[in-house]
Amino acid sequence: MDRRESLKSIVLGSLAGGLALQGCKMDDAELQDAVTQGAERYFGRTPEELELIEKLNAETFFTPHERETLSVLAERILPPVEEYGGPLEAGVPDFMEFMAKDIPELQVTLRGGLMWLDHKSNTEYNLEFKAASQEQQHQIMDGIAFYDAQVPMREHPLEIQFFSLVRNLTVCGYYTSKPGIAELGYKGNVPNIWDGVPQHVLDKHGLAYEEEWLAKCVDQSQRGVIAEWDEDGNLLT
Amino acid sequence: MQIKENATVYDAVIVGSGAGGGMATKVLADAGLKVAVVEAGPFFDPADPKQQTQLKWPYESPRRGAGTTRAFGEWDAAYGGWEIEGEPYTHKDGTKFDWFRSHMLGGRTNHWGRISLRFGPKDFKHKDVDGLGDNWPIGYEDIKPYYDKVDKLIGVFGTNEGLPNDPDGFFLPPPKPRLHELYYIKGARKTGIPVYPSRMSMLTKKINNERGVCFYCGQCSRACQVYADFSAGSCLIFPAQKGRGQVDLFTNCVVREVTTDANGKATGVSYINKEDRKEYKLKGRVVVLAASACSSARILLNSKSPQHPNGLGNGSDLVGKYLHDSTGSSRAGFIPDLMNREIYNEDGVGGMHVYSPWWGDNKTLDFPRGYHIEVWGGMGMPNYGFGFNVNDFNKFFGLPTGGYGDQLRKDVKKYYGSVLGFGGRGESIARKDNYCEIDPTTVDEFGIPVLRFHYKWSDLERRQARHMQATFEELIHNMGGEVLGDTPTAEQDYGLATPGRIIHEVGTTRMGDDPRTSVTNRFQQLHEADNVFITDAGPFVSQADKNCTWTILALSWRASEYIVEQLKQQNI
Repeated sequence: MDRRESLKSIVLGSLAGGLALQGCKMDDAELQDAVTQGAERYFGRTPEELELIEKLNAETFFTPHERETLSVLAERILPPVEEYGGPLEAGVPDFMEFMAKDIPELQVTLRGGLMWLDHKSNTEYNLEFKAASQEQQHQIMDGIAFYDAQVPMREHPLEIQFFSLVRNLTVCGYYTSKPGIAELGYKGNVPNIWDGVPQHVLDKHGLAYEEEWLAKCVDQSQRGVIAEWDEDGNLLT
Repeated sequence: MQIKENATVYDAVIVGSGAGGGMATKVLADAGLKVAVVEAGPFFDPADPKQQTQLKWPYESPRRGAGTTRAFGEWDAAYGGWEIEGEPYTHKDGTKFDWFRSHMLGGRTNHWGRISLRFGPKDFKHKDVDGLGDNWPIGYEDIKPYYDKVDKLIGVFGTNEGLPNDPDGFFLPPPKPRLHELYYIKGARKTGIPVYPSRMSMLTKKINNERGVCFYCGQCSRACQVYADFSAGSCLIFPAQKGRGQVDLFTNCVVREVTTDANGKATGVSYINKEDRKEYKLKGRVVVLAASACSSARILLNSKSPQHPNGLGNGSDLVGKYLHDSTGSSRAGFIPDLMNREIYNEDGVGGMHVYSPWWGDNKTLDFPRGYHIEVWGGMGMPNYGFGFNVNDFNKFFGLPTGGYGDQLRKDVKKYYGSVLGFGGRGESIARKDNYCEIDPTTVDEFGIPVLRFHYKWSDLERRQARHMQATFEELIHNMGGEVLGDTPTAEQDYGLATPGRIIHEVGTTRMGDDPRTSVTNRFQQLHEADNVFITDAGPFVSQADKNCTWTILALSWRASEYIVEQLKQQNI
């Protein structure tokens, strides 16, 4: 089944799901499989959302040169580290490509900024930015990488807005990737049982749970026991 | 084209499958009745792998969680949003009202905050306190038994604190506070603001063998695949389907109007099936509208007949009037003591583990009614937006902002989990001149006339928002923090959210004993058509400084029991 066909099946499948409860039976195993596979690929999207993603993926925004320049810039912004890699391992160029199509308001700043970058590099070094030496690249970046945070970003010059946007997309793209999350050390998004702040963290912050408060909180050893109350609302189990 | 009529005569046709419709379905089906549930959106089950967003990682999406197609981020469970293509709404006199709709089985209960607060005795009789608005025809004692039953059926954690206007209940035990919440408790006490464990409908403990227990992923807005949080589909509709009665679900079906006979009694509904775009009719002895306060008002206003020339149940001309949302204002702060955190899993339940119910004394304040404080913060999962302006807080230390290189990695970790934010959610005064009505010139893609809104805040709400902002700034300072952003000015309504934004809209079919000043009676039965009931938030006379869902559930249960009784006695 090709992708277009399988998309169509997902659309049908979701309607069939609704109809099934109105009395019809869905017994097409192949359809069911396509839906399941689609789910694995498509993370809970509706048919309309899937279509939008397909549509955006079928378009290309950045030229090969623009994409190469962005990749170089991203690697300069967040240089790779041995254990986790950097923006390329994190799929940052694909993320930027997708976001430029998903939020078209970003396009002029990104494309215009890339032109500014090459213009600056050509003027200073007679080289496009991506072909300049790392030291030359850093010198250009030094001029646009810092900003006064008291001034709203939209009031800064284009090249500062551009660099800020690319830095945002680079840092975000990296830290929302598998290696980035591993480097950050985020520990959640897994089934677990929350039972309070670790004692040594409390100590470090000079805080403690009050006995009276703690006494009201869930006893996690009893979480599997069905709740029962007396008539005044006191929990008995 | 001929309108196709289903031969079945249902005991009840229920329009909408959210909190109000879900509860009506459960109670009526458990009484052995034959019910049809008509839902404008698709079937939804958070346990269905193809619809799940829970436990997905940001990198599973090309947009890393950005909210392009879902207003609260792409993992949010609600289909729909502030604007729905082909289903517009309009505004009158340059006023603003934002309307969040979610067309799907379970409606907005799939993504809501699960903050489950009972209204207190004062909330039903607040006119007696300050002379504003109107009293409800019922009091806390009328609804208390139903709140008790809702607590036990659905499950809500919290604590019995013996507070005068924030009643006790049958609570599951709450989770322990997180680190930023301990900072909040300390900061709030400096100002004399009380803090209690929050009251939310997630199962911290088993309540039956059908639903799972919370596994603390903090993602209730994505809807829980083990049904450990309250959604109307998983906790009411699905159990109702397994009960004594017959439940027929009609999904992707948009109700146009309630049909009536020569005596003005309802005979059922007409709807458009989105899949074939054809019109159908369903027959019912009783019609229960639970499409959401504004959608139910729209259906009534569109149900015109010789017997009901002004719309069904609208002899008083009050359908759509007294629309009101909660007030809302928000602020965040950077807490230096929460820099360079040791990282551990603190996802907890989705949302807050602690909150502050209204504590103030209005006699000493320049506004009526109150608000509660919601708290957020912590080391959440990175998603779109994470790492933007990564070291802006350097400005508080006189360090340069921006830059590049290895330093950025250090900055990300330095500031991760150091922001804490507040939302104030308060009570506005219901007013006749805040309303929705039918726009005479606009229809949706199904040819159904749409709503037009007219809504203005008054200085009473603006002053409440000003108080919220002053309070939040003080709290942030108490925690040794830096307030983020500028204090909103009078021109900005002190940060008061646009009407509708808090998604607590109520009041469009308010209840009362006098048919001239209300749309339904105290059992949510139309004064002018005794076999039509409204079990969403339309019948609310006032919204209180609480969230509306727990009260929708309790009142829907009460109204549904009344329906069963009236059917038995053959009164309707």
